[in-house]
Amino acid sequence: MNGVHDMGGMQGLGRIVAEANEPVFHARWEGRVLGLTLASAAWGRWNLDKSRHARESVPGAEYLCMSYYEIWFAGLIKLLVDGGLVTRDELASGQSEAPKQKPPLTADRVEAVLASGAPTQRTAAAAPRFSAGARIRARNIHPTGHTRLPRYARGKLGTITRHHGAHVFPDAHAQGLGEKPQHLYQVRFEASELWNDAQRNAVHIDLWEDYLEPA
Amino acid sequence: MPAPDHDHHHDHDDEGQQPPSDMTLRVKALESLLVEKGIVDPAALDAIIETYEHKIGPRNGARVVAKAWIDPAYRARLLENATAAIAELGFGGRQGEHMIAVENTPRIHNLVVCTLCSCYPWPVLGLPPVWYKSAPYRSRAVIDPRGVLAEFGLVLPDDVELRVWDSTAEIRYLVVPERPGGTERFDEEQLAELVTRDSMIGVAKARAPA
Repeated sequence: MNGVHDMGGMQGLGRIVAEANEPVFHARWEGRVLGLTLASAAWGRWNLDKSRHARESVPGAEYLCMSYYEIWFAGLIKLLVDGGLVTRDELASGQSEAPKQKPPLTADRVEAVLASGAPTQRTAAAAPRFSAGARIRARNIHPTGHTRLPRYARGKLGTITRHHGAHVFPDAHAQGLGEKPQHLYQVRFEASELWNDAQRNAVHIDLWEDYLEPA
Repeated sequence: MPAPDHDHHHDHDDEGQQPPSDMTLRVKALESLLVEKGIVDPAALDAIIETYEHKIGPRNGARVVAKAWIDPAYRARLLENATAAIAELGFGGRQGEHMIAVENTPRIHNLVVCTLCSCYPWPVLGLPPVWYKSAPYRSRAVIDPRGVLAEFGLVLPDDVELRVWDSTAEIRYLVVPERPGGTERFDEEQLAELVTRDSMIGVAKARAPA
């Protein structure tokens, strides 16, 4: 989706404001939003890619005005409703309309769950199409759903610098189409190609095979 | 450094001086509903928050970098397979399942960003600071990385190659900053004190010894 979340290369979004001795959370509710999001995810009603897409789906003008955890809160509401864990009526009334259930994530399991994470590397049936050193062009595609191919790289020439193995393909996974693992590559794009900039800069982007074509 | 954050709206609800904010009320209402329905266990939320407030943070990454500075065999393992090398120190898991370490040298400087959202190596750096997740950083780090670094007070010579790492997949990048001069006699613990969060994102160098 060509949304405002895809910010790489935009200009005029203001100065960078770094806060000295910044706390992990600026208010108690921020930590609760993080906790609610991680704990609700334990139901398995959505995956990481779906949750990213839920946050990207906040309308652009609102997204730009919201803080990070406000975006997470909006995304969580969408995930909970779409995932059938709460209804719009329950959100409006604040009252449960279903028998109490047993939460899948209990306090004693938090440490183990966070420590194991959710690795995305898989085995792929097909051999990788590209190898390190290959010249590629990022495809000029504009999927309306979730994608991890940033707009600024589309149509640009790059060089494969590393093969990461096969990983869950976010574009399919976010739509509930399964993991559809495919080969993932680290691709180097020179600043001269991306921005017509002669400085000695390069951007490395991790891109799935479907995003690439031979150059 | 970028200007201090004078106009940031800090939320002081918990100090009891002001009426609770809209977000405080909305999040409380959602939590109450989810607890009543048995969707979440409030003690699990406490444990998650406790983990990221007190257990997992940039001190973890600093230990990795300091060990790499002092132990050439560990440095080689870190650059070869960062996930395994970081796991040797007991760090890993959520948002650090697949790690790559990129090393700064006198010729190469590395900078990490996530232009699409806020991907960040949680097991070694904790949760990202607000500026890392902000539109100004996410937009400019790829098109004007030298300008971004200059705002953080780091001016790179023109002949240093600047490599920006845009975290678009589940691969997380950790910058290994250069070891500062004058630290030849430092032990691992003293070295770790010099490794700041910002130096492991790449917007700063490691701290010089006092």
